[in-house]
Amino acid sequence: MSATPAAGDSLTRRFDARAAVRDQGVYVAVGALLAFNLLFTSNFASLDTLRLQLIQAVPVIIVALGMALVIATEGIDLSVGAVMALASAVVPLYLGYSVEVAIAMALVCGVAVGVLNGFMVAVVGIQPIVATLAVLVGGRGVALVLAEGRLTEIFDPTLTYLGSGRVLGVPFNVIVAAVLALLIGAMVRRTIIGRQLVAVGGNREASVLAGVPVKRTLFAVYVTSGVLAAIAGVLLTGRSGAANPAYIGLDYELFAITAVVVGGTPLTGGRIRVFGTVMGALLMQLVSTTLVSHNLTDSDRRIVTALIIVAAVTLQRSRRTT
Amino acid sequence: MNIAAAPTPEGGTAARGPLLDVQDVTKRFAGVTALDSVSFELGAGEVRALVGENGAGKSTLIKVITGVYRPEAGEVRYLDEPVSFGSPREAQVAGISTIYQEINLVPQMSAARNLFLGREPTNRVGLVDVRRMNADASDVLANYGVHVDPRKPLRELGVGVQQMVAIARAVTTDARVVIMDEPTSSLEPREVERLFEVIRILREQQVGVVYVSHKLDEIFAICDSVTVLRDGRRVHEGPVPELTKLRLVAVMLGRDVADVRESGRTRFTASHVQAAEPVLSARSLTRRHLLEDVDVDVRPGEVVGLAGLLGSGRSETVKAIFGAQAVDRGEVAVGGAPVKMGSPARALAAGVALLPEDRKAEGIVPDLSIRENILLAALPRLTRAGLVSDRKGDEIVEIFMRRLRIKAAGPAQKVRELSGGNQQKVLLARLLCLEPKVLLLDEPTRGIDVGAKAEVQGLIDELAQTGLGVVLISSELEEVAEGSDRVLVLQDGRIVARLAGEEISEEEIVSAISGGDDDTAQRPAP
Repeated sequence: MSATPAAGDSLTRRFDARAAVRDQGVYVAVGALLAFNLLFTSNFASLDTLRLQLIQAVPVIIVALGMALVIATEGIDLSVGAVMALASAVVPLYLGYSVEVAIAMALVCGVAVGVLNGFMVAVVGIQPIVATLAVLVGGRGVALVLAEGRLTEIFDPTLTYLGSGRVLGVPFNVIVAAVLALLIGAMVRRTIIGRQLVAVGGNREASVLAGVPVKRTLFAVYVTSGVLAAIAGVLLTGRSGAANPAYIGLDYELFAITAVVVGGTPLTGGRIRVFGTVMGALLMQLVSTTLVSHNLTDSDRRIVTALIIVAAVTLQRSRRTT
Repeated sequence: MNIAAAPTPEGGTAARGPLLDVQDVTKRFAGVTALDSVSFELGAGEVRALVGENGAGKSTLIKVITGVYRPEAGEVRYLDEPVSFGSPREAQVAGISTIYQEINLVPQMSAARNLFLGREPTNRVGLVDVRRMNADASDVLANYGVHVDPRKPLRELGVGVQQMVAIARAVTTDARVVIMDEPTSSLEPREVERLFEVIRILREQQVGVVYVSHKLDEIFAICDSVTVLRDGRRVHEGPVPELTKLRLVAVMLGRDVADVRESGRTRFTASHVQAAEPVLSARSLTRRHLLEDVDVDVRPGEVVGLAGLLGSGRSETVKAIFGAQAVDRGEVAVGGAPVKMGSPARALAAGVALLPEDRKAEGIVPDLSIRENILLAALPRLTRAGLVSDRKGDEIVEIFMRRLRIKAAGPAQKVRELSGGNQQKVLLARLLCLEPKVLLLDEPTRGIDVGAKAEVQGLIDELAQTGLGVVLISSELEEVAEGSDRVLVLQDGRIVARLAGEEISEEEIVSAISGGDDDTAQRPAP
């Protein structure tokens, strides 16, 4: 039986408190950590430190934006780290032509992997986690083959600028991340595909019957995710001054998923929080900084990360439907 | 039948007094009184109908009984003891089983696993004894007339069988009280008969049954007594034989009997004006095992009913027209222009809209707002230069929420929080804002309360009068008979009869459905 209107009201009311924590929690946590570090962490209250926090969070932010789109469709993209490695491996191969060609080829890699993922998920109907897991394993393998298993140092001014340059004191890659976040935010709010992708994640069958081009939508989100991962790979390559496909992007699929979930997008799809995702990535960065600057180890960081994930997922558990 | 067996002081054993005795229960939600001093008694071996419109307080009452809600005043007594269950599970352990409208089973697991979930038979080392479980499941299900392989995943077994598994599960947990919330909403007539047999067995075993249903026929066929709630108050209680359908509807709606008689039992009025040329014409729709040369013509302003048993090809026909069901052969034309088969998007663009049968699985996007649900199909039309216009969207949502009288806190409320009737209206709004030429309505009034049902029926009429072509599917013969200008009767994927005008009556449809094949003549008890 359907709930009486009165019952509905009370449920909404009761869960609003939880929803508020779920929706605003990440902002509060970022604010609290910032305040804590400004007060208690020596040398934190400097422009350089703050800038560094942003720079380090940038690749995760960019990858997580794509991940959020995929997760909103009730999917997941485990291939993003491998795409970063592929993009990194491709750059030195084409630097001989020009830096533009090299970057373009890196992005083409992202598109290609996205198309492959989209094909497997939308057309063949493979479960996203399985399809993209295959690419996670295979993609880095291909990257290593392309790079002949080596680290290649890169001395290209454009790439270096992409990775470490500044505009009026603001790191260039932070600007890139901000622009991408705004674009994805606008896409989700204002474009057809943005509105539809949430419906696809919320109820795929209903979306088909409402005339939503479900397959095209799935293709689009996996391609977007691939391209964003490739961009992150290029930026990271530029910053580190080397194409190192053995390490670039390692574990990034997990960082990105964490940022998305902590930012308030449920893994069950049907909902997306773009700004929350950005904040989720920043939160994880701040957590790491806080722990390191207070002499805690990487293992501690992992444990705290785990606790945060558990807390976020607990908050998101959809209410029991009776 | 012994109605609400009078409590006998010297009785001692629980079965003598009422099994369940709800006394003056009041439940408020944020100032709104959902139950106002409601009493409810259920005796052993009694089948009690609980009826009322949505919002009347039926589900709140059930939730108070099963421990989901705690009442502000009054008490629940079970087996002569005051009880306050902490959860539905506690209630179930104590012997009060509830079967919800939305089947609460695990579709991926086998029928046997579902049947014995949480109380699986174990062998000596404590592992699940799968062989015994499957054998037991086979036996139990056979008792309910279900002969299927219990090892099969539930989702492969069809909705009717799933419902029977849910019922069998509830009953086999040694329940003293079984609460059935619209148990027949996905059963076909023969299965309904079977369910009634099960209920009769329960009655013999002195189990008390609370039967929540919107279907008057069923209440008169199986229930001993009835409690009617309206606006959180008990407005009627008494034996069923003392009532007429008309009187019951009048009590539920709180209207005069004369009013009800005047408007008929359904909200449909007389036939509609019809133009000559069909707006929709489907030819030779054929799909192996499902459809065979089905032709459907609908003229503007005409309501064409599709009648037939579950599995006769009614839903498949409309889905084929809409492009959501693959066909081996067949053509569809709208206004004379052919429409590409197999694409809902093309069908929508051509002006054909489908209200799917399974509101929850195929209709609503539960976590999105009313607004996003209404606009889902219309987004491409609200777009300028690639951007969706919120202003236009808001206008449309406002117009349709008002026009269809969607009751909600506002357009931002999540659809999952709405009642079934209001969810259905949201889906209708989604179709209507596309300004379709043809509406395919598959069970538009299933599982919604009497008031919303009348509103939806009235709306269908109104839409036809404005020149829409409507295809109407309903399991309720009354609805098809009264609502349609023509009726196509399907059997085994073929059209076996075409009725028009004076020929249309429930009796004619039944005889057409049963025509030639004697044992399909059964229908739910009249």
